[in-house]
Amino acid sequence: MGAQLRTIRRRIATTRSMAKITRAQELIASSRIVKAQQRVRESGPYARQITRAISALVSHNVGVGHPLLTERTDSKRAAVLIITSDRGFAGGYNANVIREAEGLMTMLREQGKEPVPYIVGRKGVGWYRFREREFAGDWTGFSDNPRFENAEAIGRTLVREFEKPADEGGLAEIHVVYTEFVSMLTQTAQVRRLLPLEIEESEQAPEEQTQGVLPAYEFEPSADSVLDALLPNYIESRIWHMLLQAAASEHAQRRRAMKSATDNANDVIENLTRIANQARQAEITQEISEIVGGANALAESSAGSE
Amino acid sequence: MAKLHVELVSPEREIWAGEADMVVAKTIEGEMGIMPGHAPVLGLLVDGSVVRIKPADESETISAMVSGGFFSVASDEVSVLAEYAELGGEIDLDAARAEYERVSGLEGEEAAVAQRRARARLRAAGQEV
Repeated sequence: MGAQLRTIRRRIATTRSMAKITRAQELIASSRIVKAQQRVRESGPYARQITRAISALVSHNVGVGHPLLTERTDSKRAAVLIITSDRGFAGGYNANVIREAEGLMTMLREQGKEPVPYIVGRKGVGWYRFREREFAGDWTGFSDNPRFENAEAIGRTLVREFEKPADEGGLAEIHVVYTEFVSMLTQTAQVRRLLPLEIEESEQAPEEQTQGVLPAYEFEPSADSVLDALLPNYIESRIWHMLLQAAASEHAQRRRAMKSATDNANDVIENLTRIANQARQAEITQEISEIVGGANALAESSAGSE
Repeated sequence: MAKLHVELVSPEREIWAGEADMVVAKTIEGEMGIMPGHAPVLGLLVDGSVVRIKPADESETISAMVSGGFFSVASDEVSVLAEYAELGGEIDLDAARAEYERVSGLEGEEAAVAQRRARARLRAAGQEV
């Protein structure tokens, strides 16, 4: 066998095993999207109810001047929570989120604020470490299958930082960059401001409009203590929602990336097979012409001797 | 007679939803029984307490252990939003009992919460503590 043919055969074998891996990844991701979407749905009732309760409180004018609801002027620090994935193989998923976050941070700097990054997911952490950039905190190890405890931990940390006085590094704003799962085919990187809360936004929640006037609630034990307890819960629920959306998006993008990788590998295999066949035929042709040439030469030499 | 529409949800999932005659929940100021026609209320739940729901179809009372969260009542709709909740029927009795034994000897503020939760878990599962 010719040397060229052997190298081509080896490349075909390599590509084929790679295609098997990417195909397996694709199948795993597609089975997980369904589950991730279901979790997004299951988190719906809680998010809806807590939004309603907050709107009810605010419509009673409770908590005007509550620290989590007012703009701070004493601090210039703005936290940016970047939700990336733990693993790669997901196409432009992380690149898109990080690009969006960079844009947001440039904008914040132009407004004279000081962005403070917080990162979810190993890929984002790796990106920052490689560039030797500072970040204030990170959480890793759950991006493809988050638990509520994770959202709780993130929410608590951010709220604690937010409530600190300005000279200890209190935050004036908290933004989140995550990937919204629009549909199976579309996932877009989004920027949301988490704190101070924008109350208009919560009142625009779709269910709210049909609800009409909110009932005149009594509060147990008191309106202020209910609001105090509710706001952190609300923030955790928002972060939870974003983590779930990001997880669903991650799986969808990984599925697509792995599908195109598999398709690509199959194309490569097809091309290489053609080249290999050509090389094999060229070899056979050459061998035949060598044999024929040799036989002719023998016949001529023996004819000449007679 | 009017019925209550009850939803018991945690951030991760909806735990129970349906029609009920009465809901009993414990706030910081004491237990509250909610029946149809109750005035609108928003109340905080005690971390580590039991919520009881008496379903409208006369079936057995549903008990759930909740930790943290709140409930809201408005026009015969009751929503219980717990940060963490477990239905009595889903609780592993042996594990709950072992947990109770483990934390009951501890002292301090965190231990008090853990003890309340462990006790609520056992009570939700129908045990006397």
